[in-house]
Amino acid sequence: MIEKMDQIFVQLQHWLVSYLPAALQPIAAAVIGVVAIVCFFPALFALITVIERKGIGRMQNRLGPNRVGPFGILQPIADAIKSLTKEDIVPTSANGPVHFLAPVILVVAIFMGFAVLPVGRNMVLVDMDAGLLFYFAMGASTEVSVFMAGWSSRNKYSLLGAMRAVAQMISYEVVLLLSSVSVVMIAGSLSLPKIVEAQNLYTWGLPHWYIFTPWGLAGFVMYAIAATAETNRSPFDLPEGESELVAGYHTEYSGFKFALFFLGEYLAMLSISGLGTTLFLGGWSAPLASLNFIPSWFWFLSKLMLSIFVFIWMRGTLPRLRQDQLMNFAWKFVLPFTLLNLLVTALWHFMGEGWARWVVCSAILIVVWVVMGRIEMRSEHFGPRRYRYAE
Amino acid sequence: MSAVFYLIAALTVAGGLAAVLLKNLVHAALAVTVAFGGLALLFLSLDAQFAGFAQILVYIGAVAILIVFAILLTRGSDLPKDGVFSKTWLIGLVIAAAVFSVLGWAVLSSASGLPNESAVPAVNVHDIGVALVGRYVLPLEIVALLLTAATIGAVIVAMHEKDGAQ
Amino acid sequence: MTPLTAYLLVAALLFAIGLAGALVRRNAILVLIGIELMLNSANLNFIAFWRYGPHPEALTGMMFAIFSIAVAAAEAAVGLGLVIAIYRHTQTTDLDKMNGMKG
Repeated sequence: MIEKMDQIFVQLQHWLVSYLPAALQPIAAAVIGVVAIVCFFPALFALITVIERKGIGRMQNRLGPNRVGPFGILQPIADAIKSLTKEDIVPTSANGPVHFLAPVILVVAIFMGFAVLPVGRNMVLVDMDAGLLFYFAMGASTEVSVFMAGWSSRNKYSLLGAMRAVAQMISYEVVLLLSSVSVVMIAGSLSLPKIVEAQNLYTWGLPHWYIFTPWGLAGFVMYAIAATAETNRSPFDLPEGESELVAGYHTEYSGFKFALFFLGEYLAMLSISGLGTTLFLGGWSAPLASLNFIPSWFWFLSKLMLSIFVFIWMRGTLPRLRQDQLMNFAWKFVLPFTLLNLLVTALWHFMGEGWARWVVCSAILIVVWVVMGRIEMRSEHFGPRRYRYAE
Repeated sequence: MSAVFYLIAALTVAGGLAAVLLKNLVHAALAVTVAFGGLALLFLSLDAQFAGFAQILVYIGAVAILIVFAILLTRGSDLPKDGVFSKTWLIGLVIAAAVFSVLGWAVLSSASGLPNESAVPAVNVHDIGVALVGRYVLPLEIVALLLTAATIGAVIVAMHEKDGAQ
Repeated sequence: MTPLTAYLLVAALLFAIGLAGALVRRNAILVLIGIELMLNSANLNFIAFWRYGPHPEALTGMMFAIFSIAVAAAEAAVGLGLVIAIYRHTQTTDLDKMNGMKG
């Protein structure tokens, strides 16, 4: 019974595929998986838009949308109808094909990233040997579409927003990759299902998730910072801040194309949270060994929703960082700390089992964190500001 | 040869041609990005997974962005008055055609002597990792040094010159 | 035509296109794009020979291609930095105009 609940989607796929001749079965299985991803994650996106607006509203001491259904949960339907029926305005001097292709490429690249996430036991669409590398390759492709969107609009604000967004994304991409490398070092494989399998062990009922180790906690914090910056979420959302740059690189998009950008941003948030849970939070494994009767996909979803809640919480709480502040932060604090985390991970691996490695690794990380934080704070000049422009 | 190979090869060659023929620089940069993507697909069709994904990550995710930034920083969006092809374009075309004919003749005339193992190599990322720190550790360290030198060099070369007291 | 020959011909074609681009265009950045295309075609050659040659488990072709990707990225960065520095000095990226050693 427990097994049946856990593998219910896999059984469903096998049952649907068994009606076809054997030659078509692999393709049909893949198509069913793709249809499931394309239907489920946008539906989750619709739910998250309501949760975000209600959540931010409550954090700002107001109600969110509450007209369209009981407690406003049918709001996404109203938003969808609005986006689909709005007039699609394209500026006359905009570069036609590039302007059209930018949101398409964004959404395609982001959907490809979902193909390697293990949503449950045996529930990954493609079990690639280099799965993590594929995910990051797809993430890198989104930067090109951001630039295309900004440049093709022939609008100085869009171009500026696009340049800022791309600079921010490439800076934090390095941090994202390096913090995942420490997980790969310990798990010994780039394939995401194997990384989850390596975390699916329990000692005294407590799980072996990487977040419960010193290097894992530091890596997870760095990964979370980089993930927030990669998806242009607050507090790193200067490229699309409404009060700074109109709407940044998607200023000149209206109607369905804007809805595609919006979809792309939230799907990127979901996908990068999914990767974060796979790498650090144990993917689909349960928190306690005794809770294994609850299906694995339920655990993955709850960890995903927890990450999304933390994203929404950060948006409602923290103020926006200025562009030079966030670039400084990336290159001068987060990146050196991530490199140190790599060294500490290697030390952890080579010190062998026992309590000594916990003490040593935690001590190194905490001391460096505090010292670097103090140094960064002390070098704040509060005099007249000096700028360096690109010519 | 399968239809998929012809399709991907046509995409790549079309991207390359567009990159060298288009007048608008940003369009040329986007066309060469398409060529890089087509090449990544060709690598994947040759069962070189790691090289294919590394190609996407490095070339499309970094080199293409670099090219686009350089175009924007040097005001490449304005079209030059004298046209986009240099005065000596005919010689360049003749040389390129000659190089292609020599290479093509070399490939086709030695076609029978080339190896043709068709078994898929059973190489996975673990083997690549072991090889990188085993047999190829010296090139790895030299490339690391080279990348560091290139980073510092690029920053110094492109940095705004400070003239005297600021 | 064997698969290997087909891949080698595509690589040769891309090399010739890159060479034409580097020789024919005026703008310095397009010359760099041509150079990147040439490097990519050489990578394709390496991977094709790795796949269809003897001893693919020795990984020589794959390693060469990976190191070539890294080195090409570094060279693109430095090259584009140079183009930006020259633009700042001569206010143009037109290679036909940069034919004097003075200044």
